[in-house]
Amino acid sequence: MIGLRIVKREPLPRWARVVIPIAAIVVTLILSAIPILVAGGHLWKSYFYLFYGALGTRFNLLETFVKASPLLLTGLAVAFAFRAKFWNIGAEGQLLAGALAATALGINLGGVPKPMVLPIIIIGGFLAGGIWASIPALLKTKLKVDDVVTTLLLNYVMIHIMGALLFGPLQQPGSSWPRSSAIIEAAQYPILMTRSRFHLGILIAFFAVLVVWFINSKTVFGYQNKAVGVNIRAAHFGGINTTSVMLWTALISGGLAGLAGVGELCALQYRLIMDISPGYGYSGIVIAMLGNLHPVGVLFSSLFFSVIIVGAQTMSRMTGVPTYIAEVIQGMALMVMLIFLLFREYRIKVVKKS
Amino acid sequence: MSGILEGAFVAGLMGAMMRMATPIIFATLGEILAERSGVLNLGIEGIMLMGAMTGFLITFVSGSLWVGVIAAALVGMILGLLMAYLSVYLGLSQHVSGLGITLFATGLAMYVYRLRFGSPTVPPTVDPFNQIAIPLLSKIPVIGPGLFTQYSLTYVAWLLVPIMSILLYRTKIGLKIRTVGENPLAADTIGVNVNLTRTLCLVFGGALMGIGGAFLTLAHQNMFLIDVIGGRGWVAIAMVIFGNWDPVKGTLGALIFGFLDGLQLRLQGLGFDISFHIFLMIPYLLTIIALIGVSRRAAIPAGLLKPYRREEKMG
Repeated sequence: MIGLRIVKREPLPRWARVVIPIAAIVVTLILSAIPILVAGGHLWKSYFYLFYGALGTRFNLLETFVKASPLLLTGLAVAFAFRAKFWNIGAEGQLLAGALAATALGINLGGVPKPMVLPIIIIGGFLAGGIWASIPALLKTKLKVDDVVTTLLLNYVMIHIMGALLFGPLQQPGSSWPRSSAIIEAAQYPILMTRSRFHLGILIAFFAVLVVWFINSKTVFGYQNKAVGVNIRAAHFGGINTTSVMLWTALISGGLAGLAGVGELCALQYRLIMDISPGYGYSGIVIAMLGNLHPVGVLFSSLFFSVIIVGAQTMSRMTGVPTYIAEVIQGMALMVMLIFLLFREYRIKVVKKS
Repeated sequence: MSGILEGAFVAGLMGAMMRMATPIIFATLGEILAERSGVLNLGIEGIMLMGAMTGFLITFVSGSLWVGVIAAALVGMILGLLMAYLSVYLGLSQHVSGLGITLFATGLAMYVYRLRFGSPTVPPTVDPFNQIAIPLLSKIPVIGPGLFTQYSLTYVAWLLVPIMSILLYRTKIGLKIRTVGENPLAADTIGVNVNLTRTLCLVFGGALMGIGGAFLTLAHQNMFLIDVIGGRGWVAIAMVIFGNWDPVKGTLGALIFGFLDGLQLRLQGLGFDISFHIFLMIPYLLTIIALIGVSRRAAIPAGLLKPYRREEKMG
């Protein structure tokens, strides 16, 4: 009899690290044909509009960057946390915390000198997300409470905090809807290109890639963060203060997600609404994995995902395939990528069984 | 305020507690089965949503509630099998595989629903399960009407609790499952097929999660909404830890959650001048606090999160 076995392989060369995600994306796109065909969409037309809708015109291309900025920030947030094996599934709640802080500040900073307003809001949003993320990190390090569960549950707690505030102190006077007043003009992110929504937050997100890359590969903290992720006990016995590393990791991770919330609020919505995030925090998990937890990888995978999300709108309009195809593709991409990553360390061997 | 101590309020609260606990009990039992065999299934939230959607869709099409429930269980089994393929056979990170399944299943549920129903202004509905009063028991004063006038799926959930306990602690199969979860190498040595055991636990656990989801669209409500699960899968994961991987204690946790969930519904109904979001937050907040209380003495299965590979036997 002949069977298949998974066996360890020699480490792959560097180029394979680039080829594997690309191959995973190609396979995902091929697999996407199944839901498209089930929906009765014309296959080539669907693929065409998927890419045309995201890249075909100047406006659409810039929209793809607009969409990429929150995805990039939440992707970086998750990647930075996962690197230390802090299982932060709470980027969604941290994003909302950032948006909430930006709202509270953005409405009330009228008396502050104009150039000071945005820096205060950005720092405030970062801290709000970071502090919200440090709660589960504290619980994990001090009380050994499972971080997956607490980060997840805190997402729901934050949604309801936001709901309570939007029906309470933050509600726009006179409105019966759960929405806040508009932020002041000085709190709005400037638009950097005419006839588009290409805003400051996109630059901030790209800058965050550089910062995370720098922390990861050029600083002692980046080394400690990785050491904690590889083996927390060994890191502890090696003299690393793992509690402090975990807390700082959470602060930075949550802060990045908080910045995503600031961007959505100050560049696009200008007022807080309940559905300010269509699940960017959860998409961040997929993006981090697809990017192999590396900041540059996260950059490219967030761009890929925003192509899919923006393109799916046009594709849906032109072919009738539901826009939720974007979510299906995200889920498939993650699983395909997981399987492909396996080939980095293992290969499939045909064995003869006696 | 004076309504709190009235009999009708207590009966209503008891009934709501049982109702709200039901999907959590199903999901918690399914997760306990998986984790006792050594696999953390974070696909739970997505599996429940697919169960909720499939149960609703199939009932809508077939006109039979039980066909819908069976379909939800089958979908749960398929997703459990997928989880087994990724985490058991390929040995991928259980955290990431499970989250992948949740993301995939969530997208798929919404996609299929849109395909069949489009985006109507009024969501389509089905005739949901009726509540069945158990003779005599439902006549007990104050608590009887609430506790013993329930949906048949709620009774099924309660029947499953002792069944799961006996299965895990009193049968040979249960011994095998627990050995696989605690010490897969030892289980392998005495001839237990580790990967097959884990796969079966994930598949049947997935069935329970799927049914738990279907309860929400076929009994608790009569329609499918995208946020119908609302984190109940994650609550079930918390209940497994809270209950120390024990079916009875986990169910107790589910019941406490159901009580709080029912209480917030009731208090909202009484018109307190507090945002209903504060009430909605309470069950999640108290779940976290409960986890803090138990996490120091958590008896986590030793084999959890570790894929099992017989590497030394591969040549």
